[in-house]
Amino acid sequence: MSGIVYQQEVQHSVDFIKEKKKQRLQHLYKGVLFLLPSILLFSVFLFYPLGKTVYLSFFLTDNRGDTTVFVGMDNYLEIFKSPIFLQSLKSTLLFALYTVPGTIIVSLFLAILANEKLRAIGAFRTVFSSSMGISVAAASVFWMFLFHPTIGWLNRIVKTFGMEPIGWLTDPNWALFSVSVSTIWMNVGFTFLILLGGLQSIDSYLYESADIDGAGYFYKLKRITVPMLSPTLFFVMTVTLINAFQTFGQVDMLTRGGPQNETNLIVYSIYQEAFMNYQYGTASAQAIILFVIILVLTIIQFKLGERKVHYQ
Amino acid sequence: MKDISKSYDRQKSVIDQISLSIEEGEFFVLVGPSGSGKSTLLRMIAGLEEISGGVLKMNNQVVNHLPPKDRNLSMVFQNYALYPHLTVEQNILFGLRAKKVDKMEQQKRLQETAEMMGLSDLLKRKPKQLSGGQRQRVALARSVVSEAPICLMDEPLSNLDAKLRAHMRIEIRRLQKKLGLTMIYVTHDQVEAMTMGDRIMVLNDGKIQQVGEPITLYNQPANLFVASFIGSPKINLSEAKLIDHKLVLESGLQITMDKEDILSLLSYPNLTMGIRAEHILPGTTEQTSHTLEVVNVEQLGNETLLTFEVGKELWTAKWLGQWRIQAGDYVPVQLSSKNICFFDSESGALIRPAVAMKEQEVVGL
Repeated sequence: MSGIVYQQEVQHSVDFIKEKKKQRLQHLYKGVLFLLPSILLFSVFLFYPLGKTVYLSFFLTDNRGDTTVFVGMDNYLEIFKSPIFLQSLKSTLLFALYTVPGTIIVSLFLAILANEKLRAIGAFRTVFSSSMGISVAAASVFWMFLFHPTIGWLNRIVKTFGMEPIGWLTDPNWALFSVSVSTIWMNVGFTFLILLGGLQSIDSYLYESADIDGAGYFYKLKRITVPMLSPTLFFVMTVTLINAFQTFGQVDMLTRGGPQNETNLIVYSIYQEAFMNYQYGTASAQAIILFVIILVLTIIQFKLGERKVHYQ
Repeated sequence: MKDISKSYDRQKSVIDQISLSIEEGEFFVLVGPSGSGKSTLLRMIAGLEEISGGVLKMNNQVVNHLPPKDRNLSMVFQNYALYPHLTVEQNILFGLRAKKVDKMEQQKRLQETAEMMGLSDLLKRKPKQLSGGQRQRVALARSVVSEAPICLMDEPLSNLDAKLRAHMRIEIRRLQKKLGLTMIYVTHDQVEAMTMGDRIMVLNDGKIQQVGEPITLYNQPANLFVASFIGSPKINLSEAKLIDHKLVLESGLQITMDKEDILSLLSYPNLTMGIRAEHILPGTTEQTSHTLEVVNVEQLGNETLLTFEVGKELWTAKWLGQWRIQAGDYVPVQLSSKNICFFDSESGALIRPAVAMKEQEVVGL
């Protein structure tokens, strides 16, 4: 008697598991179906090019981009010996070091200002975020005018203080700094807007409560605003860092990598290598290195940053 | 020491010329429907909102111009306003650190407060990891630790479930008595107001409707608004006229009146009568004044709520005990003019409160 019951139970449970499996598969198919558009787009525009780049980086190519000789890791070894690449690596790191903190400090300052309830604050908010709507090319053009050695405003200001005019874009000591300044200006609009959004979403009760507790302005800034803004700050930091490593437009417009390769940032160097020197192999190798650098930096940032970020 | 008196004469429509004084150590409740201006009033006292007219005094000193931190008060917000990134301990100490209170003193006060509020085991947690009631206690602890003599509370219990709310009502009341705080408590819930307040101020449209002790507000509501706002279930109201020494309600229901009562009512052409749910008594064989149709029955276990249809109005009666009555039944009831409050329909002002109250209280004791 008990044997029969046992058997029945076993049979029952087997069916049950099968049914579950079937359902799970169906779930998976449905999920994949929903993902299909992104998978397709990503494959065409990201995964395939990435794979192709990795592939190319192991070859020498002719000037049409067709592979000729397989050289293995030689491309990588070669570029690390090249002083030009090392210079561009150094410039890129410096560039990121200037622009990331610069952008965040300036836009945080503006966002805190624009978060005050003042008359006509909307006008200020529009002005502060307006650089977001200006293309890199247009912005570069008028920064070029500002930086112009003789008729540029910056040099006129310098002259009124009785100092020697500066070759903003032609002096190797100043070029990278100048490009960084214009980049910060271009970044500020977007970063400002995101940070302002972050500030506005902080509950006003927290400030009122702090007011009653007798906290001063800077105490509130340090103990409430910055911690509550930390998820937004973290996001902005990640985005600007990645942007800094991918800068191309303003370098192309303002300096073309010069003077003495001082502003030859990695992406510009890749561009030159591929489309001016027709060295698709080494260009691909540089691109892969850039990819790895950004990946590693972002991972480090997440590991370190996440501890200090307070998500609601 | 902390004798607060304040008077507002705000010209703007939100709060309209409110004058009142609150005594030291008092539990003062501001109650009113949403949009009545009670929170605005509280925030004006706290200094979070500008006072556009009038004088606010604390301890006989004008404090209109002082920022919140110099008014020496603490406040508990409706959503507690806990800092989500700080632990319970840091939350409680936030104000003391801002004021740069001595470290030893901070720890001492923290220990005492945590002990008192039952938070000792939770000090290292973040607000996210706390339940609603615990968060509420942290918010209370934060105002207790400041040792400010005045504590303002803005609907602190409205985010809690019913059971916890009843519990916290008692805790807050005990805390206030123990520490001798002067409490100004804003709520829209008349039950909270009735159960907690030493004195209640009923506010509507930025105007004071009545200030007084809970029982006074219940027994002698100054006007129709207070009458219908205070008390649950709501007071039963109906338009009425005096015809031939009888009170004739809108629905045609007639109630016999005593001679002396009529005299005071004669000068008012339009009356509104109100009778509390517990004063619609079950009719006995000797004393049945009316028979009414029951439209709904609510069994609460210890008492039964009956809803009658009287003209356009729905009246509720509260009868002690369990009554086996079905909707649709006709039941005998007893309505006495002694239990009825009379209001002037035009101004809404009270003409005569229910006179039988006092006798009943004695019986109740």
